[in-house]
Amino acid sequence: MTTLGVKGPVRIRREHAAVLVTFGLLVAMFAAGSIVYPAFGSGQVVVDLFIDNGFLLVIAIGMTFVILTGGIDLSVGAVAALSGMLCAFLLGQWHWPVAVVLPLVLLVGVGFGFGMGYVIHHFEIQPFIATLAGMFLARGLCFVISVDQISITHPFFTEWAQTRIPLGEETNLTPTVLIGLVVFAVAFWTLHYTRFGRAVYAIGGNDQSALLMGLPVARTRIRAYMVSGLCSALGGILFAFYTISASGLHEVGTELDAIAAVVIGGTLLTGGSGYVVGTVLGVMLLGTIQTILRFQGTLSSWWTRIAIGVLLLLFILLQRLLGSSRTRR
Amino acid sequence: MPGAVLEMIGVSKGFPGVRALADVDFRLFPGEIHALMGENGAGKSTLIKVLTGVYSADAGEVRLGGERVSVTGPQHAQTLGISTVYQEVNLCPNLTVAENVFIGREPSKAGAIRWREIRRRAAELLTRFGVDVDPGARLDTCSLAIQQLVAIVRAVDISAKVLILDEPTSSLDRDEVEQLFTVMRRLRDDGVAILFVSHFLDQVYEVSDRMTVLRNGALVGEYQTARLSRIDLVGHMTGRTLSTLEQLHVRDETARVQAEPVLKADGVGRKGAIAPFDLEIHPGEVVGLAGLLGSGRTEAARLMFGADVADSGTVALGGASVPLRSPNAAIQHGVAFCPENRKSEGLIEDLTVGENIVLALQAANGWLRPLSQAKRQELVGRYMTALRITPADPDMPARNLSGGNQQKVLLARWLITQPKLLILDEPTRGIDVGAKAEIQKLVVSLAEDGVAVLFVSAELEEVLRISHKIEVLRDRRLIAEIGNAASVTPEGILEIIANGTTS
Repeated sequence: MTTLGVKGPVRIRREHAAVLVTFGLLVAMFAAGSIVYPAFGSGQVVVDLFIDNGFLLVIAIGMTFVILTGGIDLSVGAVAALSGMLCAFLLGQWHWPVAVVLPLVLLVGVGFGFGMGYVIHHFEIQPFIATLAGMFLARGLCFVISVDQISITHPFFTEWAQTRIPLGEETNLTPTVLIGLVVFAVAFWTLHYTRFGRAVYAIGGNDQSALLMGLPVARTRIRAYMVSGLCSALGGILFAFYTISASGLHEVGTELDAIAAVVIGGTLLTGGSGYVVGTVLGVMLLGTIQTILRFQGTLSSWWTRIAIGVLLLLFILLQRLLGSSRTRR
Repeated sequence: MPGAVLEMIGVSKGFPGVRALADVDFRLFPGEIHALMGENGAGKSTLIKVLTGVYSADAGEVRLGGERVSVTGPQHAQTLGISTVYQEVNLCPNLTVAENVFIGREPSKAGAIRWREIRRRAAELLTRFGVDVDPGARLDTCSLAIQQLVAIVRAVDISAKVLILDEPTSSLDRDEVEQLFTVMRRLRDDGVAILFVSHFLDQVYEVSDRMTVLRNGALVGEYQTARLSRIDLVGHMTGRTLSTLEQLHVRDETARVQAEPVLKADGVGRKGAIAPFDLEIHPGEVVGLAGLLGSGRTEAARLMFGADVADSGTVALGGASVPLRSPNAAIQHGVAFCPENRKSEGLIEDLTVGENIVLALQAANGWLRPLSQAKRQELVGRYMTALRITPADPDMPARNLSGGNQQKVLLARWLITQPKLLILDEPTRGIDVGAKAEIQKLVVSLAEDGVAVLFVSAELEEVLRISHKIEVLRDRRLIAEIGNAASVTPEGILEIIANGTTS
């Protein structure tokens, strides 16, 4: 009671511990990579992590909102692929202006999120099932647009893909990196400084209590899925910038990468505990593993999957340990 | 006396087949602590739910500050100035104390929450109510009592006209109850009208100013607490005289058979739960476990059932040493266990009463040999009659029963398997005086039939009333074993707990 109004000393809370572990692992892995491969330690490798995983970062940030409410969104990869297809089709076939297409595509993503969130909340459907349906729906719609891969020739996309923003001597950023960082900043602010963000945590902690405390549970839960839909659509557009093409087969399994990144970042799958910073670190960690394997050169890329599997298992066990010590009063 | 802040006039509420409230009048004045008394199923919960808008009344009206209101839900009730704090704390365990007080109405500037302001105001509020807790602590690191106080602080800060406390003390120990009462009295002095529901008569007499008694959905009367004796109160609640309760005091001390113990524990213990202890329970013997909350009562009971595995010592059941590695092993040897938390650990609310009752027997028989319909009906009928489960409808979902009757269903489930040793963990917690007496009587009659009973209860009076032998626990250690006699009093046991000696 004596610390009235004064910030106490920085306490390391248990929920911070998971993020710190991820951070430590990331630093350790990066240091190991730099020691083994001298070229690894350059700034460009760090930036490339963001460039290569920018779309995943954005999608995983959206996923963080949903998982914090205690839900899950399996549709993100399919919605991202659909967004790419819509961009390619509307720009290439119908020649709509970019200024119309991009907002429209984002709106479609939000619409998907709203639909799934509505069904999940008002019909009390398991998020797993509802978003699985959304995933099939979005994936199917991709193939309605085109069965084949479409390359995107619109100048806005090709120019975007080549834009480099110099950062120091040998390091270059892409606009994707900036977008990813902006999304992160907005997500962080939303989760920690808005009522919506706090309600997301509250629902994940105990949705019945949240209801009885007078929080707008329905609105908050649906909005979380809308955020995820928006981020998926944005992620899909970023991926289209990155590959300058779209296909119904793009981003298959991305939802699982996103979930893995969120969990490795220390967010509890049961909801209510976690940080969007952790998600960024989780995505970076996955990217670092890939980069190390690329530098190594001889190992198959499937080793990435194995590494992710092992990491995921470790982190879930870690959460269990942290969680079980919490239940004891 | 000023006018009533809240008034209910002629309120009725019925459910299919049940008349939950019939023409009930109720008044609540500012600056009073008003106890709502009644047995389980008397209509207390229904009355509260009508007040908070969970149910809408079939007839009658609710007046708030003299004006007629129709409450549409808990949300609406809160905006009208009626806040409720339930036994189960309805807060978010993953947020800090301060945030739990302010969530949903955070002070903000330009859309951004002002955390500094939240922390400052929460600290002020907590200090004002005398709640000693760091506002930055996560709620789930606080004790249940603190959580409840935080819920009250939140409720009162939102709207301070009427505060409903629905069995807030069931899970608190004596000190924590005192702390709660201090806060309640402070609020009363500030002019808040408090409606208090509790099954503990002592607490009601300690803290309440007036009380309203309900029985079978009807109003019995409104009384000044100081002018109503306990005997009269219980009479009003049950509609019976106390003689049925008193009969239990006549214990047959010689009834115990000094045969081979049903259960013999030798140095059984588990690190962090309970220190190694010895225990013998004979057929027809009721052994009471007494101790404060957190003294290791439940932990000891769980070891005897294999719900937790002991890391030292041996348990012999019926003379043969048995490794109790799982509840299944214990069940095979005729041990039955009614857990403390009937909602989460025992009763399956979606199944019917009948299905709940036959569950354990069916499990013991094996799922491949289903009981015949006729056999099932006969058994369920017999035990429902024997335990006086009301309403006597085996096809009713268990969730619709009152707490006392749910407890009886759980008892029936285990009795039907005809156990040699019955472990009861707080079987009378949160149920009313009448049902309590019935369950106590049942335990005594079971013992007379030769069943050994291990009885865990927070209420010393109850333990004393029915046990032959009392094991006293403190700080997760068995500190004394006393044969029950007329000379043993609750005060004496408290002294043992306090001093750790039998002198």
